[in-house]
Amino acid sequence: MTALEELAKSAEVHPPHIAAARAAEKAYEAEVGDDGPLYAAPKRIYPQSVRGRFRTIKWVVLAITLGIYYLLPFVRWDRGADAPSQAVLIDFPARRFYFFFIELWPQEVYYLTGLLILAAIGLFLMNALAGRVWCGYLCPQTVWTDLFFAIERLTEGDRREHMKRDGQAWTLEKYARKGAKHFLWLMVAWWTGGAWVLYFADAPTLVKELATGEAPFTAYLWIGILTVSTYTLAGHMREQVCLYMCPWPRIQAALTDEYALNVTYRYDRGEPRCSVKKAEQLRSAGQPAGDCVDCLQCVHVCPTGIDIRGGANLGCIQCGLCIDACDRVMEKLARPTGLIAYDTDLNIQARREGRPMVFKLIRWRTSLYAAIIAIAGGIMLFTLATRDSEGISIIHDRNPMFVRLSDGALRNAYTVRIVNKQLKSREFILSVDGIPSTLIDYVGLPPRADGRQLVTVGPDQTKEVRVMVTDYSPTPPAPSTSVLFTLTDIDTGAIAQMRDHFFGP
Amino acid sequence: MADEHKDIDAVTGTATTGHDWDGIRELNTPLPRWWLWTFYICILWAIGYWVVYPAWPLLKGSTEGITAWHARSAVVEDIAALNVLRGPMVERLTKASLNDIVKDPQLLDFARAQGRPAFADNCAPCHGAGGGGAKGYPNLNDDDWLWGGKLSDIENSIRHGARNGDKEDHEGNMPAFAGVLKPNEISAVADYARSLSGLPAEEGVDLALGKKVFADNCAVCHGENGKGNHELGSANLTDQIWLYGSDKATIVQGIQNGRGGVMPAWNGRLSEPIIKALTVYVYSFGGGEK
Repeated sequence: MTALEELAKSAEVHPPHIAAARAAEKAYEAEVGDDGPLYAAPKRIYPQSVRGRFRTIKWVVLAITLGIYYLLPFVRWDRGADAPSQAVLIDFPARRFYFFFIELWPQEVYYLTGLLILAAIGLFLMNALAGRVWCGYLCPQTVWTDLFFAIERLTEGDRREHMKRDGQAWTLEKYARKGAKHFLWLMVAWWTGGAWVLYFADAPTLVKELATGEAPFTAYLWIGILTVSTYTLAGHMREQVCLYMCPWPRIQAALTDEYALNVTYRYDRGEPRCSVKKAEQLRSAGQPAGDCVDCLQCVHVCPTGIDIRGGANLGCIQCGLCIDACDRVMEKLARPTGLIAYDTDLNIQARREGRPMVFKLIRWRTSLYAAIIAIAGGIMLFTLATRDSEGISIIHDRNPMFVRLSDGALRNAYTVRIVNKQLKSREFILSVDGIPSTLIDYVGLPPRADGRQLVTVGPDQTKEVRVMVTDYSPTPPAPSTSVLFTLTDIDTGAIAQMRDHFFGP
Repeated sequence: MADEHKDIDAVTGTATTGHDWDGIRELNTPLPRWWLWTFYICILWAIGYWVVYPAWPLLKGSTEGITAWHARSAVVEDIAALNVLRGPMVERLTKASLNDIVKDPQLLDFARAQGRPAFADNCAPCHGAGGGGAKGYPNLNDDDWLWGGKLSDIENSIRHGARNGDKEDHEGNMPAFAGVLKPNEISAVADYARSLSGLPAEEGVDLALGKKVFADNCAVCHGENGKGNHELGSANLTDQIWLYGSDKATIVQGIQNGRGGVMPAWNGRLSEPIIKALTVYVYSFGGGEK
């Protein structure tokens, strides 16, 4: 008796992963024989279509996410004559990012850091609540693969038909169906790449240019790259991306806990598996019989080709389609649904020991994640709402640090950059305080009649001004004196300030 | 035989290779085959590079590749494209007079932006990155100019330089007085020169002698009151700025050996718009005279 058989026998219920391992071993031997090569061809997966609650959710999510992706570049947003009218635009030549009412400059790219924090913690929170929600419903790889599966079923038929035809000789029909599939896949992939480039230029203009062959080479190049990547990843790589390329399954497994809901085969209720007839016999004989009839529907609908009855595993993206498939079967058998459901191993143990089930969505982990999201999001919103639309930055001349004029006076020079983030031209008064007796010269800018210095900065632009401050005070200056540059908007009185130094010997 | 290979690891549920090393067995998890294909495609991709780009070193040069792409020529092309982009502004700069450039904020910004890298490339080695100067190399930020600080003066100095053999260069220099003047006369006149800008004289020095020596020998160039002369490039001795230093030893050295710093002529070496841009840039350091 091998250790494995001992283990299986000693267990009250067959641990499901042993059965899965036996099946995997059998499949592997069939594939590569005893002394297999170092490389194995992936198992071809033919997911069967399914209807149900989670399938509906997935269709809705697919329609919304892809709808946003493909159509968002065409949404207009009026910003006046001096700025683009595209709601979402990454304007690389002008170094601006537009998102509806938000406009970001390159120096504000830290908002991207905030978004990444929100995205990461959001992912953690999803995982703590209900496992791989991201993988199952929202990940682009899942969404596009789902769309490609739909096209595959449309052209090549559902699982049985498709498998049967793949096993047969090539006929005209087979060529036509496969040709149609790849054509449609390429069309979707091409349009995916096409939508991508529209985020980087005025969409209607670029569409026109693309159609007439006048678009820049980079646009065609990126469409080509994304066509190939979409076609390859969603059409051919599919679950291989999740199994071998994506780091999230590994991270996810390290972040989960015993209360996180996961798509779970309730083996306490399902095992031992047996047919309806056998179950009746066993039950009438007073022996235990599970609800699982081993119909393999859960395996057939799985887009990654795993057997959920083997327990939580890396290949499961937790899309819930096996729940839908199993529920259909249970309904037909007039047994309660939910043999596969969002559940925890704790509850399986609890049911087996007759204790009540526990669903703890609010716990330290989820509260902490939610709090981090609230705080990070709050800080971002606050800074975004209260950020200034004007700014000033100063570089003190380094060579020379100060200049001795022929009459003995000391002069310091500064390069001042004034930022106007509003979409209209603005007039500012620029002033320097801190040196008692000074003459301030603004290179190239004539002073106003009242002696104050006016600087006009164009819409959404910056302006550089060279400012020279000369100290005429009779007392010898200190090696360093603090000076304050103040920028005041003439119309609104909005102020931006920055400190620098006036150096002396 | 087959049974040995059917060992399944009880913990992971994965088949093992059947190999056994002191009770340690290896899980059999073959890599996906596409992984291998990706590896081969990457090799093909690298070979594609050899075909497309210059790649293999030869005895002279390298294989050219079908595109014959070179970083050097790519830069030249980029610069040419940039020049096309700047063309209209450069044309405006070329046509405008220096006084007009200074008055037009847009042209002034453009000229300063063009002048900055030109200054860093050509002028900074002597005059310093910000025109701060050094001993013997004038500080361009102050308001003391040997050859004049008006826009036209600065342009002239850039074009022709000083004491370099150019036909129109600035030629005046400070002659050596060693042998012409006696040491006590040199000492006296040095102290007199210092006194012109209010610097204290050494005790017991005959300033009257200095004044006489100055009037006889120096005033020709430096002027009777020592204010210098832009035409001759003679320094203004009455201000606080000393090109070589204000201590007596340095002044005595200057009188004994003479002075005559050289500045190269840039006419013909730099393009017309760049010379204009440099003029405006230097002018806007702050010392420019109206």
